[in-house]
Amino acid sequence: MKRIGIFVCHCGNNIAGTLDIDRVVEAIREFPEVVYAIDYKYMCSDPGQQLIREHILEDQLDAVIVAACSPSMHETTFRRTAEAAGINPYQTEIANIREQASWVHQKQQEAATNKAIETIRTIVAKAHYNQSLMPFYLPLVKRSLVIGGGIAGMQAALDIADAGYPVVLVEKADRLGGRMAELSGLYLDSDAAADPLGQKIKAVTHHPNIQVITQAAITEVGGYVGNFTVQIEQRTASPADQDPAGELVPYSFDIGAIVVATGYDLYDKKNLGEYGGGRYPDVIDGLQLEEMLRPDGPTGGRIVRPSDGKVPKEMVWVQCAGSRDPELHKPYCSKVCCMYVAKQSMAYKQQVPDGQATVFYIDIRSQGKDYEEYVQRAMEEHDVLYIRGKASKVFQENGHVTVWGVDTLTGLPLEVEADLVVLATAIVPRADAQELGQRLRVGTDEHGFLSEAHPKLRPVESLTAGVFLAGAAHFPKDIPETVAQASGAASKVLSLFSQRQMVQEPTIAFVDPELCSGCGLCIPACPYDARSMHEWQHIAVVNTALCQGCGACAMVCPNKACRVRNLTQGQILSMMEAYL
Amino acid sequence: MKVSYFPGCTLNTTGKGFDNAVRASAAAVGLDLVELPDWNCCGATYPLIIDNMLELAAPAHVLVAAQQEGSILTTACSTCYNVLKRTNKFIQEHEEERDRINTFIEAEYAGEVEVKDILHMLRDDVGFEAIADKVQLPLKDLKVASYYGCMVLRPPNEVAYDDPDHPTSLDDLVAALGATPVDFAHKNECCGAYLAVKDESITREMVYAILRSAQNAGAEAVVTNCPLCQFNLDKQQAEMRKSYAGYQPVPIFYFSQLMGLALGLETEDYGWERHYVDARPLVQKLLEGAS
Repeated sequence: MKRIGIFVCHCGNNIAGTLDIDRVVEAIREFPEVVYAIDYKYMCSDPGQQLIREHILEDQLDAVIVAACSPSMHETTFRRTAEAAGINPYQTEIANIREQASWVHQKQQEAATNKAIETIRTIVAKAHYNQSLMPFYLPLVKRSLVIGGGIAGMQAALDIADAGYPVVLVEKADRLGGRMAELSGLYLDSDAAADPLGQKIKAVTHHPNIQVITQAAITEVGGYVGNFTVQIEQRTASPADQDPAGELVPYSFDIGAIVVATGYDLYDKKNLGEYGGGRYPDVIDGLQLEEMLRPDGPTGGRIVRPSDGKVPKEMVWVQCAGSRDPELHKPYCSKVCCMYVAKQSMAYKQQVPDGQATVFYIDIRSQGKDYEEYVQRAMEEHDVLYIRGKASKVFQENGHVTVWGVDTLTGLPLEVEADLVVLATAIVPRADAQELGQRLRVGTDEHGFLSEAHPKLRPVESLTAGVFLAGAAHFPKDIPETVAQASGAASKVLSLFSQRQMVQEPTIAFVDPELCSGCGLCIPACPYDARSMHEWQHIAVVNTALCQGCGACAMVCPNKACRVRNLTQGQILSMMEAYL
Repeated sequence: MKVSYFPGCTLNTTGKGFDNAVRASAAAVGLDLVELPDWNCCGATYPLIIDNMLELAAPAHVLVAAQQEGSILTTACSTCYNVLKRTNKFIQEHEEERDRINTFIEAEYAGEVEVKDILHMLRDDVGFEAIADKVQLPLKDLKVASYYGCMVLRPPNEVAYDDPDHPTSLDDLVAALGATPVDFAHKNECCGAYLAVKDESITREMVYAILRSAQNAGAEAVVTNCPLCQFNLDKQQAEMRKSYAGYQPVPIFYFSQLMGLALGLETEDYGWERHYVDARPLVQKLLEGAS
């Protein structure tokens, strides 16, 4: 025999305004094993919780039912309340008489009152069979994997390593630095890109907690948050070698959390046939110009025409080349182009003061601290000619690359005979990002960017627990934003690692080994990949860390060997029986 | 290979020479064009306001007629091609509107026919190499600029069988005929289309930009597959000398005219007399060069 106490909440007028609370309390007092029932204005308030605790002790209750709002609101609250008074938290149940009775039947007060009484009756039947449970404690491997050695990956690795946890940093190329190493300079920052980046690379390389594996790829990811197993393959050959694969060295790590920072590619300019991308040597993309502008680049920092090596006297930048073009290319804004075009055009004007720099733009998007002022400087101090309008066509004739466009402010079509045209091509995810996403069970959007868990409130988490996102692999973003997101991802890793162990709710599925026939039906039924066959016993087993207690396995199990703790088939039947 | 052929109004009247040349040269390379019986107007412009269903009735009627004859309908008029191709795709993809059109024209058609431009068929079904093998009179040393206009290229996802920005099918055909294709930047620019009706000076400016670019690239002749482009490019040159000092006109050919010549066919009925810039001296030169 249990000693059940029921606490009926008014929720102000939310419940009491519709239900006849006195009738409810009177009725439920008569239910089996109920030794006490009372109502109160706000059960979740401090005095309300105090009332529960007092009566647990006074009436020697060993199970508590709170008839109130949805369990997603306050189940945890009341379980803690009961626990404080010495009852196992899993002996506490919620009977939802707000969302499922008072709110939805406001005009049928008598029927709503009946429904509330019947709802509580079923919960009483369930509570009879509830067991006292303990949460599961799972081991937590406090080592993290960072995929991608660009600025995002390095920042995340440094933040985690500085906090004292080991990091494995895997980079596809033969060096750290990523795309940032290809840049000549940074906007708003007069230093060459190489200086701040070099410091980061040095810090990462020398950090005792960071193991850098270059020329490597992730080949397999198994396990789950806190307990991933990751297989890595490293090529030993240098890229200059004849055999690009060389010898493959395998690595295997136990990993607790993963940060994905695989970065971006530029949308291939060959896709932009209307601008002669890939067709005319003097039509280049933004990174090609960065290479020229880099002091250690092939031209020693000088801007020259690829076709004849001459200094261009007339340069045109075409912004939104492939971006914001839902009909033919990418619908999104690539975000960094407005700023780097301003930087490049100023660099050109400094090199060739009598040259003409023209920028075709749709809008200037310069949202950031000092960004707008920076673009204004290009226009006003460096005489870069900004033309509001999209370029329609680029073609090569008479030794020029001619740009056709329109100035939408004057409404006139425009022709510029340029020597060199730079296409600010769209930013796209790395070609292999989708495959990596599948390996990590992280979703990608229609463009191949990795998807965040929530666009507003969980921007650095993926929907897979323990996998976090940083940098342009998630969406185009510039360096400060990338660094901020990388630190955000690192702090998510650290808050995970700050736990002693991983705690898992015990209200999940289990398999009765006596009843399981090993038919395997539960394995495909599980939406969380939490089911598998035991290696040699030929029965199904539950992965405690992955199970969410949804009960899909219990539904398909023909032998009733699969059950969810505190929501067994027996409990459900007894609830139905009580109701009928 | 027998295939249903839709001539359209232009090729039946002002473009009769284009039509004659298409039929003769296609036959010479093994493509037997069978005129669609009882055909009607293609609709002439693809309705831009798509909910005006009535405008799709005429092209749909043509497609229904073609279904009786075979699986492919071909046409040489690029406007007819554009209208028929897009109507067919629209019928394929829009179930509700398809039902309305069918109710209106009393048919049950779901877009089964494949609409193919004749140039597309020459390229993929006959093959330019096979055509090259049949050339009797290679158009040696003739520098030809190929002009495609817009109707077979745009919108690319609906009609294009070639790169919409840098098309090559006409260039490859003239190369197969022994001529030298010259690359120029305005192969796919607008010829002015119907603007000539309103203000010829606009069309003239547009045509000049195209032809200047072609001639700068060294073209002695221009070849096209579009009757409206041929008309604009050809006619505007008559007045061009007044607007642009020192302008030298170039003859504007239909690709089928050059094909007939190169295949050694009888070319008398190819409509030479309708050209504004007389193409006959160049034709004569080509014929003499061969003998």
